[in-house]
Amino acid sequence: MELYRNEGLLDWAGPILQGALVTLEIALLAYAIGLLLGLLGASARLSHWRPLQATAVGYSTLVRAIPELLLIILLYYAGPQAFNSALDALGWNGSIEISGFVTAVGVLAFVQGAYMTEVFRGSILAIPCGQLEAADAYGFSRWMRFRRIVVPAMLPNALPGMSNLWLILIKDTALVSVIGFEELFFTAQQAAASTRSYFLFYAVAGALYLVMTLGSNVLFGRAERYVRRGQPSA
Amino acid sequence: MDFSWLTQPYYQSYLWEGFVNTLVLVGVSGVLGLGLAVAFALMQINAPRPLAMLVRGFTTTIRGTPLLVQLFFFYYGVGHLLPGIPGLRESVFWPILRDPFFYGALTFTISVGAYSGEVIRGAMLSVPSGELAAGRAFGLTRFQVLYRLWLPRAIQLCLPTLTGEMILLLKSVPLVSTIAMMDLLMAANIIRDETFLVYEPLLLIAGIYIAMTLVLTGAMRLIEQRFPGARPVATRRRRLLPG
Repeated sequence: MELYRNEGLLDWAGPILQGALVTLEIALLAYAIGLLLGLLGASARLSHWRPLQATAVGYSTLVRAIPELLLIILLYYAGPQAFNSALDALGWNGSIEISGFVTAVGVLAFVQGAYMTEVFRGSILAIPCGQLEAADAYGFSRWMRFRRIVVPAMLPNALPGMSNLWLILIKDTALVSVIGFEELFFTAQQAAASTRSYFLFYAVAGALYLVMTLGSNVLFGRAERYVRRGQPSA
Repeated sequence: MDFSWLTQPYYQSYLWEGFVNTLVLVGVSGVLGLGLAVAFALMQINAPRPLAMLVRGFTTTIRGTPLLVQLFFFYYGVGHLLPGIPGLRESVFWPILRDPFFYGALTFTISVGAYSGEVIRGAMLSVPSGELAAGRAFGLTRFQVLYRLWLPRAIQLCLPTLTGEMILLLKSVPLVSTIAMMDLLMAANIIRDETFLVYEPLLLIAGIYIAMTLVLTGAMRLIEQRFPGARPVATRRRRLLPG
């Protein structure tokens, strides 16, 4: 360690910014997959077929009752193994090495999907059912009804929850540093340990997260104004 | 699934210590954090502008950065600078300042203060001003208006949200295992390292957390029902978990 004592913020600026990019990448990917999982979960919860409903309720209730860090560690160990035994069951021989990046994204998306399920369920239920009946009366197909009526009508209700979840997700990405994945906070930890300026580097890491969350707030504010266009202002 | 290690008193004591620490940590930072939250809310509404801006900036910073980063910042960052203060090492505070529990409680208290402060601030602003004016007209002092009218009415409005905040607090406790404090996750890690069983200890504490979440939700529901002026149970929104 003595060798690196003279290193400072400048030497680590590159790797830390690189880490920030990785953090954004996994957050964006996990968010996209989480959105899909959330839509699937919400449709399952709202379906009339009992087993499907129960699966979705179990998924969102269990995931939301267990601490994120614990889930991330559990899935980090269990995920690749479950994936490989699933492949085995399908008749695929040999195991696939799953990279840290894929694990991090998968785990965060799985957690995100559970919370997203609740957000979407609530905002779909808030659509006046007359609007859906009108779509049926006009002979919309199910897909057309979903794309033209359900999505635009639910977005204004869902967006505040979605923006909250995005902020939580950015902050949750720091948790994957615990399983040794190299993102912003992991790099900051290495920088802090090798230069011994813990205060400085953790403050820098915090500041970068703050920039990301404040920036996202601005973008989500714009998106919310866009999806609320034509509605009376609250 | 092999749970035979559960019979060993050695592992039981780890789990028990982690469980008790978790409860104490949630209790301490929940109570202190809610106190801090009321202070933050009041300062943002009533304090002179510079102070209000300062509090606003502080809570925004806390709410915009990961809890894990804050924990490391206080434990390693601030904790690393402390021995540099002359005389502190010899003082009576040193044993406290070396204890990870102190940093965990500090970080969580500030976090609860910032998140719940925002909730309480919103609720305080939505108490009709006529009620506060009526209190003043009846001759209550400003302080009496605050703690007989304003706070109870505000807390009435945001109690379900505060329930959610308390559950979030409970669920952030495993983070302290990263600063070498004995909690349930730390106990599970020790058991995993010694028995080479990966899933069983983790699944066990996942179960414990689910149970704790349910108990905490139930306890908060009781408080919600007992709170003066609570709405009738039947019309209450059913809310098992936050989110």
